[in-house]
Amino acid sequence: MSMTDGPTPLRTAAAEQAAEDREASPKAPGRSALRQQGKRKSGYFSDRWHALSRQQQWAFLVIVVVLAYLLPLLNPPIITTEPGNNFALACFDMARFALIAVGLNIVVGYAGLLDLGYVAFFAVGSYVAAMLTSPDSPYLHIPYLWTLPVAMAVTMFFGVMLGVPTLRLRGDYLAIVTLGFGEIIRILATIIPAMKGQVGFQNVGHPPGDGADGTPIFSNSNGVPWYWLTLTIIIIVTLLVGNLERSRVGRAWIAIREDEDAAEIMGVPTFKYKVWAFAIGAAVGGLSGALFAGQVGFVNNQKFDVTTSILFLAAVVLGGAGNKVGAILGGALVSYIPLRFTAIAEYKYLIFGIALVLIMIFRSQGLLPARQRLLAYGRTAMNKITSRDATETKDTDKPPAGPGAHAAGQRGAEA
Amino acid sequence: MLPSLVPLLPTENDWITFDIPSLIQNFWSATFDGLTFGAIYALVALGYTLVYGVLNLINFAHSEVFIVGCYAVFFTLSSLGFGPSAPRLDIWAIILNLLLALVLAMLASAVTAFLLERIAYKPLRQRNAPRLVFLITAIGASFTIQYLIYLWRGPSPELALTMFRPTPIFDVFGTIVDSQQLVIIIAAVIMMVGIDRFISKSRTGRGIRAVAQDPDTATLMGVNKERIIITTFVIGGLLAGAAALFYVMKIPSGVQYSGGFVLGIKAFAAAVLGGIGNVRGALLGGLLLGLIGNYGQILLGNSQWTDVVAFVVLVLVLLLRPEGILGTSLGRSKA
Repeated sequence: MSMTDGPTPLRTAAAEQAAEDREASPKAPGRSALRQQGKRKSGYFSDRWHALSRQQQWAFLVIVVVLAYLLPLLNPPIITTEPGNNFALACFDMARFALIAVGLNIVVGYAGLLDLGYVAFFAVGSYVAAMLTSPDSPYLHIPYLWTLPVAMAVTMFFGVMLGVPTLRLRGDYLAIVTLGFGEIIRILATIIPAMKGQVGFQNVGHPPGDGADGTPIFSNSNGVPWYWLTLTIIIIVTLLVGNLERSRVGRAWIAIREDEDAAEIMGVPTFKYKVWAFAIGAAVGGLSGALFAGQVGFVNNQKFDVTTSILFLAAVVLGGAGNKVGAILGGALVSYIPLRFTAIAEYKYLIFGIALVLIMIFRSQGLLPARQRLLAYGRTAMNKITSRDATETKDTDKPPAGPGAHAAGQRGAEA
Repeated sequence: MLPSLVPLLPTENDWITFDIPSLIQNFWSATFDGLTFGAIYALVALGYTLVYGVLNLINFAHSEVFIVGCYAVFFTLSSLGFGPSAPRLDIWAIILNLLLALVLAMLASAVTAFLLERIAYKPLRQRNAPRLVFLITAIGASFTIQYLIYLWRGPSPELALTMFRPTPIFDVFGTIVDSQQLVIIIAAVIMMVGIDRFISKSRTGRGIRAVAQDPDTATLMGVNKERIIITTFVIGGLLAGAAALFYVMKIPSGVQYSGGFVLGIKAFAAAVLGGIGNVRGALLGGLLLGLIGNYGQILLGNSQWTDVVAFVVLVLVLLLRPEGILGTSLGRSKA
């Protein structure tokens, strides 16, 4: 949005806010009911989740995490994707999509930049892992686990390279440049001999460790260890991203998303933070690419269609752009639906294309809307302002609210 | 580590060259071919540029508007009896058939663009949705149309049709210009001049420029904004349909569900190169991009480099001169 647009963006934002406020109150019960029956734990998110004490929240999270870890072992009857697809591998695929969605959510959800070539970063990460571990590649070989940080660094570099020329301009240009970049990476993988085109790289490395029978624990056919590894990485990344979200960086992103001109005027160095969002998002994409390369064990130029980028985008948008739990949920769903309902797998691109349009027209905030209010100030401050009952405010104010909330509160106060 | 770097060097094999003699030798044929492609890019770029000028929206689904036109050309011509070999018709019959295909392709594309605007964009405009929502809708719509075609026609390209056998017309600088190149360039330039006159002279054109400049003031001055927006989409569709005929003429095997995608990006790059929102800019950008792509392809020695070259041009333009060569002048200048 350019400066010459005058008051238009402000008015748009205000009108939207008003519309949101109007629809927020009457719809709230219906919405939470819908979420409650649809997905675990999401129903508690906006209000009830915050009404719980910190201990209850942790307890609940621990249960959810333990259940998530046990998921491939439990193999619950109705949820399972078998006999069509191996459930453990399906779980890994869901986790992979969830991780990608967490990364893309930083770019699309927090900073409001449209990245349509996310698969390119995924591809770069895969190729880094493949070229540094596969016996087919003539380059330096390093242990597989070391390729994960290397892949992140390399994709981050690509993100900066791509972000610097485009992010000074309006967001639209980024969309088309990333769309082109997704295609270019595929073409380059085809024509540069070092990338081995369709022949690709066999026997990409995997984490060390052998089972009792001497076969590697992290084999291509066994999804469970890969799933656990990815899930652990998702948890770490989500915690880190959550901290970023509550920091100065996260506030800058959200300011940029809501109104870039206003953010710039208020002194937010928008360009710098946009590049940060783009680079961090790219790094997470590279990380998931490296994981994918390790699990599949084979990388060639056929795996990285630009269309896959749109699935990634659908995952973020479906879950709720700007909400990291929503992104995880959206990613898992986008992967899960075609695996579970194999009859419609052929139509998945069409289904998610239509879903994108419909979600945008009817529910642009996705399944789990992003939190709009007081992101920076921690729960104590939020309770103080939002609770109508003064005594209740005092009660929730007294017990120490945990280090995270305090730190966030202090940072908020500083800023 | 050091010897392992060798395969990265271009001397090892010739996936990338820097073949200046070959470029000089083929300079004029590359020029005419580049202009032919450029004319097609320019027609598609006009659709991007007009919609961008009026709505400030990159209409990602424009590439699908174009590919629908390609399918219309394919079905019209194959039902008229055209096949892989050149038709045994006299020249007037061929011209009539091609005109019919042109009209039907333009209609098909225009209807697609119209429906797209009504179904996908209008509801968003009515509730003043943020820009990101528009863009996501656009890419979703593009995707939907693309996969509808995919499910209907499958992944492989349609049978190649030959419209007429290109015959040499004249000789320039030792290079033969054939009838096909001439037809495409002349027809496309006529259309582009026409659209330029239309935008700058006609009443509707004035309305389009007014809405591009300031939608609210234009509405206050009695311009029917909704009608202008629809007209813009329809004009973009008509031009894309025309481009579709020339595209199928030039690349008979290009009728494929995903065929619009790369062409769409190149056309957008052309629009940005000339100055997005600028009608003449789209013309200039299209022709230039066609030339640059063709020269680059010969210089670097592989036809797949065309896409890479177009992309690099796009990034360079955004880096060095984001307003494009002629600047953004359909409405005001934009940052």
